[in-house]
Formats: sequence, structure tokens, C-alpha cells
Amino acid sequence: MTSLDVSVGEVGAGARQRSRKIYGRGQGRVVPGFRLSLGVTLLYAALIICLPLATLIVVGARLGPAEYWAVVSSPRALASYRVTLGAAALATLFNTIYGFALAWVLVRHEFPGRRVLDAVVDLPFALPTAVAGIALTALFARNGWFGEPLSLIGIKVAYTQLGIALAMAFTSLPFIVRTLQPVMEELDGEIEEAARTLGAGNVTIFFRVVLPILVPALLAGVSLAFARCLGEFGAVIFIAGNQPYQTEITALLAFIRIEEYEYSAAAAIATVMLGTAFVLLVVTNALQAYARRHELTP
Amino acid sequence: MRRLPVFTAAILFALSGVSAHAETPTSILNASYDVARELYVAIDAAYVAKYAKDTGKTLEVKQSHAGSSKQARSILEGLDADVVTFNQATDIQVLADKGFVAADWAEKFPNGASPYYSLPVFLVRAGNPKGIKDWSDLVRDDVKLVFPNPKTSGNARYTYLAATAYAKEAFGNDEAKVDAFIKKFLANVAVFDTGGRAATTTFVEREIGDVLITFETETTGIRKEFGVDKFDTVVPSVSLLADFPVAVVDKVADKRGSKEIATDYLNFLYSPEGQTILAEFGNRVRDKAVAEKYAGSFQPVRLVTIEDVFGGWPTVNKKYFGSDGLLDQQLAGQ
Amino acid sequence: MSAASGTSRGQPQRGWSRYVLLGSVLLVTAIVIGAPILAVFIQALSQGLAIALESLAHPDTRAAIWLSVVVAIVVVPVNTLFGIAAAWSIAKFRFPGRKLLLAIVELPFSVSPIVAGISYLFVYGGQGLFGPFLEAHDLKIMFALPGIILATTFVTAPFVARELLPLMQLQGNSDEEVAATLGAHGWQTFFRVTLPNIRWGLLYGVVLCNARVLGEFGAVSIVSGNIRGETNTLPLHVEMLYHDYNAAGAFAAAAVLTLVALVTLLVKTLLERVSSHA
Repeated sequence: MTSLDVSVGEVGAGARQRSRKIYGRGQGRVVPGFRLSLGVTLLYAALIICLPLATLIVVGARLGPAEYWAVVSSPRALASYRVTLGAAALATLFNTIYGFALAWVLVRHEFPGRRVLDAVVDLPFALPTAVAGIALTALFARNGWFGEPLSLIGIKVAYTQLGIALAMAFTSLPFIVRTLQPVMEELDGEIEEAARTLGAGNVTIFFRVVLPILVPALLAGVSLAFARCLGEFGAVIFIAGNQPYQTEITALLAFIRIEEYEYSAAAAIATVMLGTAFVLLVVTNALQAYARRHELTP
Repeated sequence: MRRLPVFTAAILFALSGVSAHAETPTSILNASYDVARELYVAIDAAYVAKYAKDTGKTLEVKQSHAGSSKQARSILEGLDADVVTFNQATDIQVLADKGFVAADWAEKFPNGASPYYSLPVFLVRAGNPKGIKDWSDLVRDDVKLVFPNPKTSGNARYTYLAATAYAKEAFGNDEAKVDAFIKKFLANVAVFDTGGRAATTTFVEREIGDVLITFETETTGIRKEFGVDKFDTVVPSVSLLADFPVAVVDKVADKRGSKEIATDYLNFLYSPEGQTILAEFGNRVRDKAVAEKYAGSFQPVRLVTIEDVFGGWPTVNKKYFGSDGLLDQQLAGQ
Repeated sequence: MSAASGTSRGQPQRGWSRYVLLGSVLLVTAIVIGAPILAVFIQALSQGLAIALESLAHPDTRAAIWLSVVVAIVVVPVNTLFGIAAAWSIAKFRFPGRKLLLAIVELPFSVSPIVAGISYLFVYGGQGLFGPFLEAHDLKIMFALPGIILATTFVTAPFVARELLPLMQLQGNSDEEVAATLGAHGWQTFFRVTLPNIRWGLLYGVVLCNARVLGEFGAVSIVSGNIRGETNTLPLHVEMLYHDYNAAGAFAAAAVLTLVALVTLLVKTLLERVSSHA
């Protein structure tokens, strides 16, 4: 079983080939339940997922192109994109390095407590975001365990962009670790050994041999984590400070527009978020497909 | 013949029996503003006791608290609140415009349907280390402020307008100077929370900022909760009268058959018992006797009103709080 | 197979660099993940166990816990059935629009819960698509249990499917085909052949889905109406207590949710162990 397998889509070239063969014969109709399972899936997808999102798009479209553009490109909206994208980028960068190191340690090192560490990686995923939000705020506020020493050296975390990035990093960590881990396990050290016998040093091996193999999976994990960062709400609002133009994320702006009865404006901003999420999802799936095509053909 | 009233009642009952909710409801929902949480716990307990004594029946008063504007929006979307107890008239007006509340709601109860009032004041840390006395101190470079976002919080709207009212007086209505003052005032805000209570948490628990600007009643509550020696309340030279209007949500109450209870509940706020609880929680009240009894706990202050300074809520909302209104421009200019 | 079930392969790095890497990873993990969990429990017990328990016994907190449980009882089975159906149809068959369907099924995973909440408001709110119809028939969806259930269903829709899809694809169709050739009918094939193959993945998906259902915040906060003791789920209750001058109570409720998360991880680890020995 894949542990918190964040990779859906196609699996393994072997399975692909096998499937092709089966599909080739009579479209796989030997296997029962096509109509029932597809019917249930389509009905559910239509009612639970598509209907609300389509309504959202319709409400947003009521504005008309000019007004829609004015809403989604208003200075406050632009500032919220900047805050959200900036914090998400910072969080993803942090998770790329930390997540990479964490996955590496889990795959390559044997040490007491490795299983515990492996389990703990999923904690941010299982923990409610609001709980993460209040816990991080309690830690990093000026009178918190970490906030107090940090404020002495002039670093403010809570109620700044840094705090937003921290909350995002917390909730999106598992995605990078869990996409890298399986690929790292495939990398069984033989190639490195070969490179070593050819006289390559550790640094060269890492950058010229190991990293290129991991890059597609890493990028897939990064884009998934980035998408989660952009949409994060519960963990962020407690620690963000929520100041327009400074620490207001796009999700909160949409929330505030709702509270102001500005329904079309809220819908417009929400469609921007929806569009971004969809594009990132397509990118992630493409990267994962690419990563899989390459993982078994070294 | 003695049975006649019963028959009348039965006929009335049958007539009204079209509605599924003809029997007296056993609960009502009060949708209220954010910082009134503890206040209405006390009010509801007292009212439920009184109701039990008067009728011999049990009643449950449910509470929902959030930013006043958010609550109005929720009711429009289907939150079945029987009564609203808000902190600004605009939010009830929105409900009236959509037919949820009677158009003449302000005349349904005394004092413009506002059983109590408060004003924005300053809460500072013990001993007032920054020497905050008046609005003019809040634009100093070394002072950081905490109050919620005026876009979502009625509490913060009063704060914003009170500062504007002060500036208008101080600069003789010179718009450019008022604007500069307010920009500086907004630039000094350390955290903009979405509701009044979140702002309190930021200031008190997270120790952010030098001054929390919120309703006087909230500062009373904070000092009661966290210790009178931890914070001082500073009442500025002038502030804005903040009415806390109430209304029965007719559309919901008619449907649920709760109108009588809802009205009685709101009238209770005007009773000496209700007014005493309100005053205990640091609200300024209308009842003369109760007000006199608690006079000692309120510092004297000169209060101006939205009507006097700004010409009423509709003007204010259009000029300051609309999309790309003055507030948006002032915030964008930072 | 998961990392936990495999042993470390390859050449372990030698020398001090190995310990520096390991040490810094453990340190960062302790700060980023360990400390927040610890903080929840310490804050919950900051005024003593008695206060924490008392706060959990408060009727509003009990109502919030109960509401969250009810939501889970409804949503988890629904999303489990959907997850099986979606994984089955997408993994075992080819049809036009299959990739699009996959993207749609996964969409709730990457879209913000706020977008979900707003969308549901536009469908079932008083001024929404079905608003007039619902009002005319006196049906309550928004700010009541159905709205909370619907929004939560949306947000957690892909979890079971995401666990099952890779598993079903990896296993291919051969087992089912053999069963069909031997004359098994649809349900027999499913219960006797497929289900035993996917049971651990399914169970894990269910456990994960359950954790996310109990923890959903953003979408529910838009559709709940925040009626104390009635439409506050446990995470919303945490937020409310947090703003009620009641940090200890908020963290006590948060500790309950944290325990659920820890149990989820424990179950997950056990499932992995069982499945790797299976």
C-alpha cells in the first residue's frame, strides 16, 4: 500500500502496459460494473462537485467582462495575490529543502525512531487546520515559546507574511515528502555506486546523478504542495494578522467579500482561485505522469 | 358561555393551523454581534428564568455570534434567527430592505429600538506606558494599534468613524488634513482581525500593539476577565455614540410562531432587570434609575452621533465603506 | 510499498555529514511538527486537568463533538462508496473523457475550502440557485446540518478515490477477468476478488477521510451559521472558544481533535504493517 500516496493518475509503466493489453481486448468490458460505477461517479461528480462550481462561475460571470476584470485586478485583490503567492512560494521553497532532506533521511538512514518519524510526517495532513493555526499562533506569537526568543533578535513571525508561510509550510509538508519517498526508494544506490567507481565525488554524484532522477517527482510534489498552500485557510487566518494589502490572503478576501454582500465580487475572486487550482492540478498530473515514465527506465 | 374564549382560541388555532408551527416554540435564536458573547449568556439565563416563572414553560435561547454584517448576511441566506441584537443600524436596515424586518423597526421599541449604547474607547497596558490620552496620540510613530477590519466589523466602523469625527473637529473639516490623519491612523494598525473578539485576543493574549480600540463594554469585560491591574481604559475627549439596535426578524418569527416570545425577549432588555445586567457588563443604559446606580463606573465623555457628524448611515456607507470608497483608498495609499 | 515497510537500501553515507543531516532534520521536525502538538496538550492542561475535562463536558462542547460525529457518520460512507465507484470506473476502464473525470474527482483536493463554501452558498443559500424553491418548501440546507454535510462531502470527496486509484491500477484487471471467465457475477467478483486486494488501501482511505471530515474548517465556517450547541462543529467550536477568552477550553477541544489525528496515524501505521506482511 502506498502510504498517503499523493500520486494518483497512472501508476507504473508495467501496470500501464498490462492495462493497455487488457483494454485492447474489447475495451475491458470483461470486467463487470462499468455502467454502475461510472454512473455513480458521474452522478456524484455532477451533483457534489460540478453543480456548485458551475454555479460559482455563473455568479462570477454575471459581472460581465469589464467589471469582472476590475474586481479581480483591483489593488486589494492584486495585493492579496502577492501575499498569497509570496508566502506559498516561501513555504514551498522551505518544504522543498526540508521535505527533500526528510524523505532522504527516511529512505537512506537507519536510526532509532525512524518509523515514528515516518508516521509523524502525515500529522499535518490528519490534524485539523484550525488546530494547527491556533497551535502555531500560540508558539510564534510574541509571548510564545519560539516567538519570544525570535522577537529578541528582531524576527516577527506571527501576524507577518512569515507567519502565513509557516502555516502553509506546516500543512503542505506531507505532499512533497510522500511524492519523493517512493521514487527515492527506487533509487537503490547502484547508479551512485557506478558513478563512484568512475571516480565521481559525493557532490557530483548528488547533482549529476541523483537529483536529475528525482527532479520530476520533486516538481510534482512541489506543484501539489504549492496548490495546497494557495488554498489554505484554517491554519493561516489565525496567524496572519489579516491586514488588507499586508497580510490578507486571497481566500480571506473572498470570505470578506461575502460578508460585505459583494457576492459577484466574491465569486469572481473565487473563480480566480478555482482556475489556479485547476491549472496546478493539470500541471501536477502531467509531471507525475512524466515522473513515472522515467522512474522505471533508468 | 365560559367556554367561548376556548372556542375562539380553537378557531384561531385552526386558522393559523395551516402553518406547521402553530404551537409555541420551545427555543428562539438570537443572532448577535461578536463581542456580546458573555453578555447574552447572562441575559438569556435571566430571561429563561423569568419566562419559566411567567409561563411555567421552559425556553431555550440559542446564541449565534459573529461580525454584525456577517450575521445579517447569514439571515438573508437562511439563518433562522428570531431576533437580532446588532451593533449598527445598517445591518438591520439591510434586513428591512429585503423584507425580513419591518420597515419601521426603529419605532417598534423605545429609544430607536436601541436598549443600550456604548462608545469606542482605548484599552492600554497597565500604567499606560505610552501615555495615551486622546485620538491625537494614536497617530504617533511609536504607537501600534489593534482594532478589527471596518469592512467586516461594526465595532471597527465606529472606531474608524470616531477617529474621523475627532479629526474633522480638530482640523476644522479640512478634508486633506483629515485624510492624512486617518491614513496615519490606519498605518499604525498592527493587526486587522475580522471580528471584535479576535482583535481582543490579539491584543490581550498575543500582546500585540499598544492600544486596543473597542467598545467600552468590551474593555470592561477584558479587565474583569484578565485583571483590572493588567489594563487601563482610556476614554478620549470625544467619541462616537454606538447604538446597539434590536429587532424581531418577522419573516422568521412569523414562520416559527415565535413573534410573541421574541418581542417579549427584546422588551426584557428594557426592563430594570435587563438594564442592570447590561450595565453590569459595561454598557451605558437608558433606564434612569439603573443608569444613576452605575454612574460611578462610567467616565464622563462627550459623545457625537453618526447623524450629527456624518448625516446618517446611508451617507456614511456610500462615502466611506463601499467598494473603492474612502476607506479602501486610504488603505491602498499605504 | 511504503518507506516504513522497506529497509534502508543503498550505501549509507558515512562520517559526520550523515549525523548533521539527520540531526537537522530531526530538529526541524521537532520545531515544526512536534512543538505544535506538544503546545496543544500543554495549553489544554494549563489550568489543570479538571478544568480541561469540565470544558469538554460543557453542553456546547458535547453538542459540537456530537455534530462532528454525525457529520462523519454520514459523509464517510458516502465518500467511501463514491471513492470505490470512481476508482473502479477510472482504473479499470477506458472511455472518452476519462482524464477529465479524473481531474474533476481530484479537484476538491487542490481547491480552497473557501471556494467550496462560497459555491455551496450560491447553490443552496436564500438568494442562491435553489433558494426560492427550498424556502417555498420549508427545507433548510444552509446553516443547518445538510449544508454542513454537503460542504464537508465536497472537500473530502477525493480521499478514498486517491488511495484506491493507484492500487487498482497497479493490480490491473487480470484477477477480475479470471473471475469473470470462471463465471462469477459482478458483485461476487467485487467482494471475493477485488475487495480483498484493496482492503488495506480502502481502510486507510476511510481513516484519512474520517480525519479530514472531523477537521474541516474553511468550508464549514461559511455554511454553518455558528449557532452555539447546534451548528458548531468541533473545529468551529475551537475557534469560538479561542475567541471567548477561553484558551484552555479551546485547546482542550483542540486536544480531542489532535488525539483523533494521532490515532489516525497509529491506525495508518498498523495498517501498513499488516499489509506489508499480507
